Amino acid sequence: MIPEHVSLTEEEVKYIREKLGREPNFVEWGMFDVMWSEHISYKSSKPLIKLLPTESKYVIVGPGQDAGVIDIGDGYAIVLKIESHNHPSAIDPYNGAATGVGGIIRDILAMGGKPIALLDSLRFGPPSDPHCVWLLKNVVRGIADYGNCIGVPTVAGEVEFDESFRINCLVNVGCVGLARKDRIIPSKFIDVGDLIIVVGGSTGRDGIRGASFASKTLGPESESDRPAVQVGDPFTEKLLMDAVLEAIEAGYVKAAKDLGGGGLTCAISEMAADGDKGVEIEISKLHLREEGMTPYEIMLSESQERMLLSIDPRHLKNVEKIFKKYDLPYAVIGKVTDTKRVVVKFNGEIVVDLPAKLLAKAPVIRRRTKKPNYIDELRNIKKPDIPEDLSDTLLKLLSSPNIASKSWVYEQYDHEVGIRTVIKPGQGDAAVLRIPEINKAVAITIDGNSKHTYLDPYNGAAGSLAEACRNLVSVGAKPLAFVDEANFGNPEKPEVFWQFSQAFHGLSMMARSLGIPCVGGKVSFYNEDEATGTAVKPTMVIAAVGLIESYEWIRTMDLKQEGNLIAVVGITRNELGGSEYYYWIHKIIGGRPPTADPELEKSSMRIVLEGIRRGYIVSAHDVSHGGLAVSIAEMAIKGNKGVIIDLDKVPREKNLRIDEIMFSESYARYVIEIRRTTINEITRLARETGAFLGIIGEVTEDKSIRILHKDREIVIDLRDARDAFENGLRKYLGGV
Amino acid sequence: MNIRVAVLKFPGSNCDLDVVYVLRNVIGVDARLVWHKEFNSSDWDAVILPGGFSYGDYLRAGIIAAHSPAMKYVKEMAREGKPVLGICNGFQILVEAGLLPGALLPNDNLLFICRWVNVRVETNRTIFTRIIKKGSVLRMPIAHKEGRYYIDPKDLRELEENDQVVFRYSTENGEISDEANPNGSISNIAGITNLEGNVVGLMPHPERASERILSPFGTDDGKLLFLSMVETIKRGAL
Repeated sequence: MIPEHVSLTEEEVKYIREKLGREPNFVEWGMFDVMWSEHISYKSSKPLIKLLPTESKYVIVGPGQDAGVIDIGDGYAIVLKIESHNHPSAIDPYNGAATGVGGIIRDILAMGGKPIALLDSLRFGPPSDPHCVWLLKNVVRGIADYGNCIGVPTVAGEVEFDESFRINCLVNVGCVGLARKDRIIPSKFIDVGDLIIVVGGSTGRDGIRGASFASKTLGPESESDRPAVQVGDPFTEKLLMDAVLEAIEAGYVKAAKDLGGGGLTCAISEMAADGDKGVEIEISKLHLREEGMTPYEIMLSESQERMLLSIDPRHLKNVEKIFKKYDLPYAVIGKVTDTKRVVVKFNGEIVVDLPAKLLAKAPVIRRRTKKPNYIDELRNIKKPDIPEDLSDTLLKLLSSPNIASKSWVYEQYDHEVGIRTVIKPGQGDAAVLRIPEINKAVAITIDGNSKHTYLDPYNGAAGSLAEACRNLVSVGAKPLAFVDEANFGNPEKPEVFWQFSQAFHGLSMMARSLGIPCVGGKVSFYNEDEATGTAVKPTMVIAAVGLIESYEWIRTMDLKQEGNLIAVVGITRNELGGSEYYYWIHKIIGGRPPTADPELEKSSMRIVLEGIRRGYIVSAHDVSHGGLAVSIAEMAIKGNKGVIIDLDKVPREKNLRIDEIMFSESYARYVIEIRRTTINEITRLARETGAFLGIIGEVTEDKSIRILHKDREIVIDLRDARDAFENGLRKYLGGV
Repeated sequence: MNIRVAVLKFPGSNCDLDVVYVLRNVIGVDARLVWHKEFNSSDWDAVILPGGFSYGDYLRAGIIAAHSPAMKYVKEMAREGKPVLGICNGFQILVEAGLLPGALLPNDNLLFICRWVNVRVETNRTIFTRIIKKGSVLRMPIAHKEGRYYIDPKDLRELEENDQVVFRYSTENGEISDEANPNGSISNIAGITNLEGNVVGLMPHPERASERILSPFGTDDGKLLFLSMVETIKRGAL
């Protein structure tokens, strides 16, 4: 008899019965239900994810394990991972976001990495809506309380506001770890006879079937799913982190996995399947939070702050000593076998006996695709009139919550702990962390663009990766690898799956052309509100990491010196579709969004990286939300310096209107500040790299932003610009 | 001479390794990370209680650590006149343990604040400010949710009369104003000392401000506190 809550399809039920040759029992059905959920199995997305390139000379561990691992030389590696906690955060924003942080930290630990930085990418409805403000404040508080307490700095992030995230907010979290190459451990079982230990928090009734909850849309009964959201305990996580790192450092840990989505069920079946081994555990040995828990509850609990380690039996005493030092509860629950089966006993009685691979490898579902009607309709909307007063338009844009300073958010995060943070939030396009162990630095960023991706999923997703790379390049880093979090609606709808398919084709094209591999990712479907039937705007969030081989090459965006020249790299096009200018000034979502061109990206990237290394470029900022005018204004505000710009000098397509030059969000562009004395060198570099370069103005003593175009002159006072930028978001949130 | 400094780690401390790193690599002293259960002697030249969330700051920031057995030896060292420094959560612990007066309350905006601030040095009679000119302004970051220093008006007067206020939040130019006060601390107090000047607690993080590469302003003011400590120990003027 199938338990009524099981959301397996009829075909899946039939398939399981056939393969198994018997009727699974209640616990076993529950385990199939969670393992074959979209969230864990990737049954819809797998064929498309496979398009992405996953190899390069830097990749040590690619997708498929708890996190990706990238070589940064001299015996060290960076561990990188991204996750979403969208569904729990929409229901219980504080705990949903907090436990998202907890889970991703354990994923980094599971690979043998010491977590050194957190990133977060957040999307909400407009901040004029009290519900959205409630979500935002609690999500930020959840991330802050958890991340600050465990002592991992939150160094970078993004926040975007759009109507489509009113109910379904998006909470994506990234984490970066540092590992010694000789201490990297896999998340699969290695040798028969190895012991299996569960360490950390006790197992309770919280979060049961959380992964299944994340595999459906949000509806009226979602409120009643609140028990599927777990509650975080950062103090236990901190002890767990310290203890596990000590055990890893000593070389005692052979394999490890986070007990996250799918709990114990997911951990043991995936570790067994990936290691081509079996496993036998006795779950009555586990430390439980409450009495009378059934095997079903124990196997599906998603209680937080737990990890599964597998160790050689001869290390048991030493490992126990470490756990006792930290007063951390643990249980030795079983061992690795050669049966390739997952066997679970409860008080000596076998309650589960299933082939590991059957559990861990759900059959792929081929989804239908259909191009949504809105795509062509929105693309061909009529262009709005150019505003009379463009100075006012620029000020308004600077105060748009999507562009304005996010200091209200990042000042609540400890971004300094660990004393690695060289470029802090707000200073540059990416965070820069020093790695004194090898005298180098890494840059990290997280980025996405829902409006571009909505209007053109192929180019929007490709552009999201390109923008993440531009963020890295702006601070002087060479991009090494990325992870992606795909946030989409219900994949059973052909229109949604079309967006998804297009996005992965675009992302794959850009990754291949730039030669930047994907080392992991997550898919979050069903970001859809049942009441209105609307899905979120599809959003491909990219977290990327780059390497800076010399501290001398680190750059921030603030203008440095009066008299220096301002230049723009790349070509500006008639691409206002999906721009912040259309959205915030004209209340339009439509038009022709930017086309992603990897060759342009490459030439722009080359001139900026090389120009920084040779010392020509002293500040750099990529052009994204708000276009060229906003990028220049941001650099002026940060450096408290004035600028004068001539738009006629901007390399561009023919016949562009002034608003197109100022606000178009064409890709592959940067604004750079260069030393006047190096003008010949940078011009020569432009020829050598094939990059478009226009010297468009200079840094002035006068504290104003002056933009000239033929007979028009746009002037704003630097103080007004700063006020607009600093208060644009704060004014909705109150307080300091 | 070989200066031995204990950096006391409680469960939940999270700036412990940062302090050790700076003491070893920037200041050049023999700093040891000591787990609280193993801190069983006062035989050190100095002890530093680092920031973090000891025992998760459950109940109230610093209070559980303040009552842990390790504090017996911290108190002994304080009594012996040895340098005792509490940074952030370490400051909260010293206050809860009664080694420093007053209390640290939630910030007046009720939010965690991580930001670079300026503090004016109010006295150089403490072990940790001995080499700093009175009135100079140091740049350091704060990162706390419960850092609003409070003491009742009568005791505040006494604190001031006894020259026990060590740091005040100020502007870049050293003016003490409301705008320069990030958390609502009474009288802009960012750090204080005991009567003897050997126990100091402060909310800003000097260990995060001891290397130019980490400062948005290219400064390394934080290391002056540690250098003062070393100077004092070297002179044997305890």
